[in-house]
Amino acid sequence: MAAIDAVARAKEIRELIRAHKRWDTIFAMLGLLAMMVGILTLVALFTEMVVDGLPRLNAEFFTNFPSRRAGQAGILSAWVGSILVMLVTASFAVPIGIAGAIYLEEYAKKNWFTDIIEINISNLAGVPSIVYGLLALGLFVYTFGFGQSILSAGLTLALLILPIVIVATREALRSIPQHIREAAYGCGASRWQVVHDHLLPYSTPGILTGVIIGMARAIGETAPIITIGALTFIAFLPPVPFSGDPPAGLFDWLTSPFTVMPIQIFNWTSRPDPAFHQNAAAASLVLVVMTLGMNALAIWLRYRLRKNIKW
Amino acid sequence: MSTTPTQTVEVPVKDVPLTGEARLAQMARAKLQRKRKESAIEFVLLLAACVSVFTTAGIVYILVKESVVFFRSVPVWDFLTDTQWTPLFDDAHFGIMVLLSGTITSSAVALCVAVPLGTIIAIYLSEFAGHKTRETLKPVLEMLSGVPTIIYGYFALLFVTPLLQKLFPELPGFNVLSAGLVMGIMIIPYVASLSEDAMRAVPMGLREGSYAMGATRYQTAVKVVVPAALSGIASAYILGISRAVGETMILAVAAGMQPTLTFNPMEPAATITSYIVQVALGDLPHGSVGYQTIFAAGLMLLLLTLAFNMLGYWIRRKYREVY
Repeated sequence: MAAIDAVARAKEIRELIRAHKRWDTIFAMLGLLAMMVGILTLVALFTEMVVDGLPRLNAEFFTNFPSRRAGQAGILSAWVGSILVMLVTASFAVPIGIAGAIYLEEYAKKNWFTDIIEINISNLAGVPSIVYGLLALGLFVYTFGFGQSILSAGLTLALLILPIVIVATREALRSIPQHIREAAYGCGASRWQVVHDHLLPYSTPGILTGVIIGMARAIGETAPIITIGALTFIAFLPPVPFSGDPPAGLFDWLTSPFTVMPIQIFNWTSRPDPAFHQNAAAASLVLVVMTLGMNALAIWLRYRLRKNIKW
Repeated sequence: MSTTPTQTVEVPVKDVPLTGEARLAQMARAKLQRKRKESAIEFVLLLAACVSVFTTAGIVYILVKESVVFFRSVPVWDFLTDTQWTPLFDDAHFGIMVLLSGTITSSAVALCVAVPLGTIIAIYLSEFAGHKTRETLKPVLEMLSGVPTIIYGYFALLFVTPLLQKLFPELPGFNVLSAGLVMGIMIIPYVASLSEDAMRAVPMGLREGSYAMGATRYQTAVKVVVPAALSGIASAYILGISRAVGETMILAVAAGMQPTLTFNPMEPAATITSYIVQVALGDLPHGSVGYQTIFAAGLMLLLLTLAFNMLGYWIRRKYREVY
């Protein structure tokens, strides 16, 4: 009797374990399913863009200005504008971001002032991008009188990605072992010599990754640039230095009106005519390839350089 | 004291090594020079670090300055209680509730997508997936947050809305539902990666203890790891809310920018952010009331996101299990 009981009991327990293990499988499936939702969205997004946009992607699309006729419209002023704005953004965000990070990581003493800077940086990372647009509208466009120019847009986006650059640089600096610093100080190097000759070269890959990710974010930002009042119909390019009549100055392009890729997409998307939606799809494809390309480059860089460095 | 040039070679005076006190003085000079250079560099670096403080100060200054002018012509009470938002009409009403209703509805829809999916993905990645699966799936997930939001807007308007219209034929072309759904998918990576970080911070010992008691993976994940990481997960949700509240372009493109006081996601609506875009697209004269409304709306937005960010930070700090 007891033996049969034990067998029945063992069977019961095995059944119980199986039931519990079933939940494992069910949840694993659920997890994959949830991932699939995200992946399928990406697939649908790309399919939609490729199906709608690919027929419009030819050489003329890149060399034509926007036009009232959808078939002739192109993204020349948009991609040129995007590149120029990125140039301004990078030339402000990169040096300021790296310098700020070096200060916080290597120089700052632990006091209330440093705390304030730290709190500010983490808060700024959470401020919606459109608020930066309002700041730029009030400060750069009207108070400083830069107008609705490439300079205003570049500065706005520079402020926007500053926290990203700072955080990436700090992480890169922090991952350098302390003995590198100690060895350099031991040889009599000053603080700046340690930073400039040892820490910066070692942290370059990390910084570069952060900068690329920040730029990828900036190139896709629409809201702050719309807020500063960038025009959406621009059928000319900013002046090339020393060309035209009278010759343009070296920095005249900074104050020129402009348009960028996301704004061109927004403009085409909000038109009722479906022909323009194809243009929007084609321009989106170009933009998404740019941003995801930059992101992929950053991920690859991080992966590769992490592999190479052995402390 | 003085140098002693050798007889055979003519050495220029400045190249002759100094000795004694002159040498000490020279070294002191060099040291001072080096110190000066160092402190100049430190000052420049400090200035760069302060840019963040200036930015915050600039944001607060600009928003408050324009809002003060705005609230001089519109009483704060009206701003908070009026149920109409018609700032550009002759009969102007400034009820921020209208824009808030749009913001709340769209964020709620987004969270209904992002919270369950984000949590499940986080649990899956942290507790179920093997190393290789995680390393391949995470970059894909990160791609979701790398797509520019304007492209999500395009996708919501021209792909998701027509799809939804097949399910609900009476759905208007602009609606909060499709914008909110796409927005939810966009914030999945934020919720998932922050929650996953929280779960991965739970010490292995807790899991091992649970496994030793005969618990399965699922039981360990749901009854041990998630409760232990709850503060981190909650703050991930709150940061997700803050993202959703500040999101602009998806709503501006797909939700219709129509200021109606409604919590029905099947209708078009304007949010705080999409209203700012709408005004910025038009040509409002600098200094008009319409121009000032966007700063008042922006101030509201800043306060909202700031409150959520601080709440998230506080929850993480206060309820964090210390191991």
